[in-house]
Amino acid sequence: MIRLPLVLLFSAFLFSAGIYGVLARRNAVMVLMAIELLLNAVNVNLIGFAAELQDVTGEVFALFVIAVAAAEVGIGLAIVILLFRNRASINVDEVDLLKW
Amino acid sequence: MVGVLGAEGAPAAASSAGWFVEHAWLIGLLPFISAGLALFFGKRTPGGGPVYGIAAIGAGSVMALGVAWHFVQGGGPYEKYVEWFRIGSLHMQLGSYVDGLTAVMLIVVTFVSLMVQVYSLGYMHGDVRYTWYFVVLSLFTGAMLDVVLAGNLLIGHWYEDPANSGAAIKAFLTTRIGDVPFMFGIFALIFATGMTTSNIQVIGQTVAGGHVSLLLVTTAALLLFGGTIGKSAQFPLYVWLPDAMAGPTPVSALIHAATMVAAGVYLVARMFQVFVSADPIALHVVAIIGAITLLLAAFLALVQDDIKKVLAYSTISQLAYMVAALGVGSDGYPAAMFHLFTHAFFKALLFLGAGSVIHAAHTNNMSEMGGLRKDMKVTFWTFAIGAAALAGVPPFSGFFSKDELILAAKDSHTYWLAVVLLVGAILTAFYTTRMILLTFFGDYRGHAHAHESPRVMTVPLILLAGATCVVGLLGFAPLGAPFLDWVYFGGEPIPAVFSPLVAILSIVAVTVGIWTGYIVYRRWRTPDPLTRLGPAYDLLEHKYYLDDLYWNGIVRPIRDPIAAGVYWTNQHVIDGVVNGTATLAYALSALVAWFDRNVIDGVVNGAGSAMELFGRGLRTIQTGKVQWYAVGLFAGVILLTVFIIRP
Repeated sequence: MIRLPLVLLFSAFLFSAGIYGVLARRNAVMVLMAIELLLNAVNVNLIGFAAELQDVTGEVFALFVIAVAAAEVGIGLAIVILLFRNRASINVDEVDLLKW
Repeated sequence: MVGVLGAEGAPAAASSAGWFVEHAWLIGLLPFISAGLALFFGKRTPGGGPVYGIAAIGAGSVMALGVAWHFVQGGGPYEKYVEWFRIGSLHMQLGSYVDGLTAVMLIVVTFVSLMVQVYSLGYMHGDVRYTWYFVVLSLFTGAMLDVVLAGNLLIGHWYEDPANSGAAIKAFLTTRIGDVPFMFGIFALIFATGMTTSNIQVIGQTVAGGHVSLLLVTTAALLLFGGTIGKSAQFPLYVWLPDAMAGPTPVSALIHAATMVAAGVYLVARMFQVFVSADPIALHVVAIIGAITLLLAAFLALVQDDIKKVLAYSTISQLAYMVAALGVGSDGYPAAMFHLFTHAFFKALLFLGAGSVIHAAHTNNMSEMGGLRKDMKVTFWTFAIGAAALAGVPPFSGFFSKDELILAAKDSHTYWLAVVLLVGAILTAFYTTRMILLTFFGDYRGHAHAHESPRVMTVPLILLAGATCVVGLLGFAPLGAPFLDWVYFGGEPIPAVFSPLVAILSIVAVTVGIWTGYIVYRRWRTPDPLTRLGPAYDLLEHKYYLDDLYWNGIVRPIRDPIAAGVYWTNQHVIDGVVNGTATLAYALSALVAWFDRNVIDGVVNGAGSAMELFGRGLRTIQTGKVQWYAVGLFAGVILLTVFIIRP
């Protein structure tokens, strides 16, 4: 049985790494992967608390998050492919059409 | 008091025809409804809207027949009132009073109106204001029916006058001159009954009861007769009627035949109790005015070239017959009403026939007609029937009613009046013959291509001609004269008497008139043979100079100073006020304009500029770089978290 604070520390580390990836990476694929890190950090938290509180709700919720994450990555990668086809680049810095 | 009377009248309404009598007021309402419908939906209805009016009048005719049936069966009068307003002890009531006289008038008005409406379909076809014409026609009919139904003294003031412009003003002013004494007469009567009611029946009873001074009743009767002079176009106020010919011919038919001018005669008939109770002088005045008008108008009809004006003057003359007959007292009452009844039919027929002729010849002048009998057979024959009735040729309706009139004059020993009536009959026959000969015989003198009118116009003519042939028999003594059982004054119907002497005299008069007319107008001659009469012809040509007298003697002396005064006021006072207002408004506007340009515009433009600057600043935040947005997102999350878990 792993103690809860350790789990939380691990999850916080994962989350921080995810944020760094989302904000600092220029490759769109890497950004998507970083988002996966963020989601999984949350999943670790959910599982940890579920085990601690002997409540199955957290685990069920984690399953949902995984499903949503899979869908999100599917859409994200599709966008990345279209982006590459149109601009021959997947650098997020260069995709700044969404402004005034 | 009135309530009690109403209760007395109510049991009579229990018979089978009761429904029609009780709802007689609906007849008066229907045309108003149809006028409203035609006004709002007319243009969108196929055919332009006359269907509403015709439907309403048709329904009205059926109801009128129902009402009449009630009286044919011997039913009693019916009345119904609601209170309108009250001044002190004076109760003004609105309601309807139905008796035999009313029933007759209802039939006449609805039948003639129906014919006129149908006929107008053809006559007004393609007119610019086709729908509007039918709206006004319906309104007019409604107003007329209400006069007939009104059991109240406030009648006679609700009529529309569809004739146009100058003629309309003249008609309006002249009838108004008659209305002023009429109103005073009403007030005198209300005063006479102790300021309590304006109900005709109550007034009649009070007056008959002898509770009112003779002088007051006589004055009231004469004042009321002033209203008749104006409305029924009696001497000296008849001048408006021929001018009212400016309107469309079917309207002339409606005004003349059944309705408006007859309202004056109807008025005297309704208020007859007052006249009978008054000093005999009142009735003498009525008879004398009638006799004068009869002759004057008949002479005028001799020299007219406009076919409608001949008919207009003959209307005046025929109305004068009725007025004169009323003047002889209760003997003349049923005769006058009978003549009103028959006259309505044949005069409507004549006017619609004249309209048909005018439609074909494109002129009102008989000097440009002639020979039309070949091309317009239906019009000719129906018109001839109407003319025969007007002239008093047996067996058409005019003969019977005219005989009744002469007989009434003879029976009441007013022999001078009987003579006047006979002379009038000669003149009538003469101008009628002249009219027929000039219009339908000889060679055609006009330029238009004459043709028979469409069927919507000829069918009403035929129907009216049929009615003209038949209705006279209702007053024929050997057949029992049922008309006299329906319409009478006083307690008992007057037994019908047939006087061979009167009939022979009348036939002689008619023959003389027609024969001289034929001799004089057998061939078309210019100038008119009557011009040989010299000064007398000039007098007739200028309508006895009455119009000139009114114009120079009354209208101008009154009008000119008023006009000058109004002009001065207009130039100096009104214009001063208007110009001053304008200057003031201009100065004020300049001030407002300055304020607008500098202050308001400044604020508005300033607001715009400020927004633009602000927007330009904000624009730099939106970079379009996703990761910057993510930075903002996470920064927001952190800030919120700190805010929420702050100790």
